[in-house]
Amino acid sequence: MKRGQVFTALLALLLLWQALAMLLDQPVLPTPLTVIAVLVVELGRGQLPLHFLASLWRVVASMLLSVLLAAPAGLVLGQSPRLNRIFSPFIYWLYPIPKVVLVPVVLLFLGIGDLAKIVIIFLILFFQILVLVRDQAAALRPELIQSVRSLGAGRRALFRYVYLPASLPAILTALRQSIGTAVAVLYIAELFATQYGLGYYIFLNGSTLLNYPAMYGGIVLMSLLGMMLYFGVDGLERWLCPWLRAGQPEGNQH
Amino acid sequence: MVKLENITFVYPGGKPIFDHFNWEIGSAQSWAVLGPSGCGKTTLLYLLAGLILPQAGRVTIDGQALARPRPQTGLILQDYGLLPWATVTQNVNLGLQVRSFYGPDGKHAPLQAVAAPSHALDFWLRRLGIAEVASAYPGQLSGGQRQRTAIARTLVLQPDLLLMDEPFSSLDPVTRKDLQSLTLQLWREAQFTFVVVTHAIEEAVMMGQSILILGSQRQMGTVANPLFGEPLDRDSLSYRQLYDELQARLGAA
Repeated sequence: MKRGQVFTALLALLLLWQALAMLLDQPVLPTPLTVIAVLVVELGRGQLPLHFLASLWRVVASMLLSVLLAAPAGLVLGQSPRLNRIFSPFIYWLYPIPKVVLVPVVLLFLGIGDLAKIVIIFLILFFQILVLVRDQAAALRPELIQSVRSLGAGRRALFRYVYLPASLPAILTALRQSIGTAVAVLYIAELFATQYGLGYYIFLNGSTLLNYPAMYGGIVLMSLLGMMLYFGVDGLERWLCPWLRAGQPEGNQH
Repeated sequence: MVKLENITFVYPGGKPIFDHFNWEIGSAQSWAVLGPSGCGKTTLLYLLAGLILPQAGRVTIDGQALARPRPQTGLILQDYGLLPWATVTQNVNLGLQVRSFYGPDGKHAPLQAVAAPSHALDFWLRRLGIAEVASAYPGQLSGGQRQRTAIARTLVLQPDLLLMDEPFSSLDPVTRKDLQSLTLQLWREAQFTFVVVTHAIEEAVMMGQSILILGSQRQMGTVANPLFGEPLDRDSLSYRQLYDELQARLGAA
């Protein structure tokens, strides 16, 4: 994809929105220009940036928490067939549960603070990362492990020089795949018992204040949040896993 | 230097691969281990490397019984075992990194670890002809370059025993020949004890002063190789005779 093409596509989508809004001519669908104007005002007034930051904090905190807990667990399971045999039936049952239905349960147990919302997103990311890292670690060829062992590596060095770098792409892939779901669930979680967060902001303006342009502004910001995280993970991958993008060199002779 | 005494090894649920097997390797000798696939050649290398332990009998190196991988032993496996996420330089440096990770503990690194001089890395990259691809990843290399990287990674640790498993079998004939002579040259220079496992008679004749034939129990045996160190002439009578003898012994196995 070329940068220009991407930009043109965005412009086309905005034009389509503008045309639809003008055609419909209803307050429930304001034009993009109106929305952007309101967005600028709201961002300047001081409340909206707080909502945005509250949401950002919740997603990033759960991403960090899930990586810190799921990646080591996945590594341990992936290199120990015995432990994996014990735990994989549990993962088999827990992994497919749509975690979003646990929102009321988590709220009941953990109350209305940030923790409940972070835990909900954490649950989604945790299993995704756990499973991908486990499979990645288990798929490492035994010859590779033996070769590195023959260089003197014991368990700790194997973790540091083999399992850890081998699991990085799996962690980042898991994050990228689940960011969309995470932001969607964030929205649901922020509908309950909070006064900060983009989810709350969108819902409040849409159904209580009936300030439709502000509601759309919130939606735009939430989309931006998802995009930021997506590109952020993409950038991390480019930085941490340069070998994934290394192509074939030209002078490839013996 | 290396002694295998009454080795018995069997994989769980399988037939014994070695049953009271004895073998002795002299210091700085070059041995080729010849046998069909599945005869236990790789298992033998793993035993020599200390990656697996025999159920009975023992492996001693310089009189020390082997209980775990020994830091002075180098092992190069068939698929080279390079880290796909590390560049050629990083791969060659891996063993040195592992050594400094543990420090000279006698277990993972030699007790009197001579800190490798900083130019050792460059030296081996250039000696193996891979300096130009130093910043490439294994996925970008040809088979020959990967094998060279694996050799450099092992030799930079100055092993006194080098074990190679079918090192050249997946290379094209020209590259194979280059690497065979390079490996022998390095063996002469560095004076390590050398064991190479192969299923090709020609390679065994080229690489081994002595040839160990593996097969079923009865056919295990060693053959002295009078043609070692000479340019390989496939049409010479002496080569045909040796070839036929090895083939006959393998066939019987």
